Amino acid sequence: MSIAINKEKCVGCKKCFSVCPGSLIQEDENGKAYVKYPKDCWGCCSCVKECKVKAISLYLGADIGGRGSQMTVETKKDIVNHKPIMHWEITESDKTVHAIDINPKSSNQY
Amino acid sequence: MKKEIQVKQLETDVLIIGGGTAGCYAALTIRENSKASVIIAEKANIKRSGCLAAGVNAINAYIVKGRTPEDYVEYAKKDADNIVRQDLLLSMSQGLNRVTKKLEDLGLVILKDENGEYVARGNRNIKINGENIKPILATAVNTLDNVTVLNQVNVIDYIVKDNHILGAFAIDVKNEILYEIKAKSVICATGGASGLYKPNNPGFSRHKMWYPPFNTGAGYAMGIRAGAEMTTFEMRFIALRCKDTIAPTGTIAQGVGAKQINSKGEVYETKYGITTSERVYGTVKENQEGRGPCYLKTEGISHIQDEELKKAYLNMAPSQTLKWVEAGKNPSEQNVEIEGTEPYIVGGHTASGYWVNNNRETTIKGLFAAGDVAGGCPQKYVTGALVEGEIAGKAAVVEVEKQTRLQEQTHLQSQTYLQDQSQSQQDQLEEEPLIKLKKDEVEGILNFVNPTFTTQQLEEAMQKVMDAYAGGIGSNYSFNEKQLELADEKIDQIIKLSDGLNAADMHELMFVYELKERLTLCKSVIAHLRARKETRWHSFAENLDYPNKSDEWLKYVNSKVVNGKLTILYRDLVERGETYEHSN
Repeated sequence: MSIAINKEKCVGCKKCFSVCPGSLIQEDENGKAYVKYPKDCWGCCSCVKECKVKAISLYLGADIGGRGSQMTVETKKDIVNHKPIMHWEITESDKTVHAIDINPKSSNQY
Repeated sequence: MKKEIQVKQLETDVLIIGGGTAGCYAALTIRENSKASVIIAEKANIKRSGCLAAGVNAINAYIVKGRTPEDYVEYAKKDADNIVRQDLLLSMSQGLNRVTKKLEDLGLVILKDENGEYVARGNRNIKINGENIKPILATAVNTLDNVTVLNQVNVIDYIVKDNHILGAFAIDVKNEILYEIKAKSVICATGGASGLYKPNNPGFSRHKMWYPPFNTGAGYAMGIRAGAEMTTFEMRFIALRCKDTIAPTGTIAQGVGAKQINSKGEVYETKYGITTSERVYGTVKENQEGRGPCYLKTEGISHIQDEELKKAYLNMAPSQTLKWVEAGKNPSEQNVEIEGTEPYIVGGHTASGYWVNNNRETTIKGLFAAGDVAGGCPQKYVTGALVEGEIAGKAAVVEVEKQTRLQEQTHLQSQTYLQDQSQSQQDQLEEEPLIKLKKDEVEGILNFVNPTFTTQQLEEAMQKVMDAYAGGIGSNYSFNEKQLELADEKIDQIIKLSDGLNAADMHELMFVYELKERLTLCKSVIAHLRARKETRWHSFAENLDYPNKSDEWLKYVNSKVVNGKLTILYRDLVERGETYEHSN
């Protein structure tokens, strides 16, 4: 379990540095974010949620059955009612994208 | 070049160690009840630190309509087979609905029916959207006056004199700073401990675990070292989880009514019982007897249930949704494989932790414990931790008032008696070596040359010992006395080796302290497992030399360090209607 940081998308805003509950993300020599201790990542997605440019994605390690898909999330406005939604995207290695939208104001059904 | 560390001295009325669930709520409570100054020392950042980082699936401790706090006490008592403190459970249960209301007022989304009543999930749970529960708490704390949050500051030791807490030492995780934080009262809210045992996925995904990998047992270890009495470390917690992702199973089991089945498709949960430990034990036994793997039977659920499950997991354990989607199979098409995790020590689920009175004061005066670090009171979940933060917060305020009065009296006396001036200087002289010793200790690690081992190597060594000899996954959670004796010897050896570690920077310095905390706790866990000569809870403490339970063991196993030696003591159960109080 870990996160991947896309250096081309990273704008060096440093927001992910402080939000990680393990303080695992640090600054590289170009002012971009990198995971200093990849094996220490819990997979909580705090940084994935914090990143406004979708540079950080979650993937499952091969040792736990990961197949290379990457997951991101962004807060968007719903096209119909203009209320905020959490828009999750899972991109498979063949670039197939699956999207799941969650209304943060609605409760889990379970 | 020799690394030197800068010393910063701070003073506050209340120091809260750990800005997680209980710590944040303690700060809110203190501000509502007093003007006392507060420092929260948090090793990461309170926005997403602690157990709630990814979110939480439900409020699992709530008194639903038609139930009473006493019912909750009874449930927790039964689940732990009587080894609980009923006084603590009752005071917690009485506050569950109050803190839930407060969370809703702060912005937590809770599902309601057409009459505006919370919708229950079973007897004790209500449905929420808990994705942002931690940011909600953190935002509330960050707006409080005179509450200083020190993010990325990791407390490493208490300052205790004559069994009275005076504050704590902490290190900055990034910058070369050692803090000495003086406080009139301290609330320990560090959480419990993961990482003592070899995890389910010891390779790349080693931190894909149930409990936060950053909860290292610091609070327990500091208490043990300072001579605090601790309780019930032998009641380890093992979670039954979705295989690989280690995501929760309760949402599936309770949400869509999925039963535990073996590979033959037989429902086995009823065969072993349905307490938390029995559910784990049944799964272990089915595997041992050749009927594994085990599953939650989700095949055949509806498409709508599939979609709702995927959403629910995104709000608390996103990796499980990722797994379903990338496998191309929804839970309705494939049963969810389950497994037990490695054992953790966590007072929010079992009864391990500080031995406290009903105010959550530990046996060290002025030191309070709340949440996973406090013992005797299992099944806390999120709301129970909040209530303990509230109780400890209120008690800390009273302690601050008492200390302030004492200091004012001392001040008056010193105006009367001039010699007290020199006494106060004398006190200062006496205290100085403590900070100097800590500075030397920290710089010693930062400047240690040519270490043979790394922190990670010793961590793996510790986890392997605990796995093989103290009832880890590899030994089906069981052990015998000879194995525990070996575990103790081997942990002692690793403790010796841990004095020869180097830290290249402050983050690595935290790693060194975390390892030492875990090793200290391992010793106590082993001592407790050895002391309870019965098997009261399958899997949680499966002693092969004593495979049955006995009424002789209807008592608490407690421990404390006396004259440098870890000592076991036994205490009678605190029954219904009784309230325990420290006797001195």
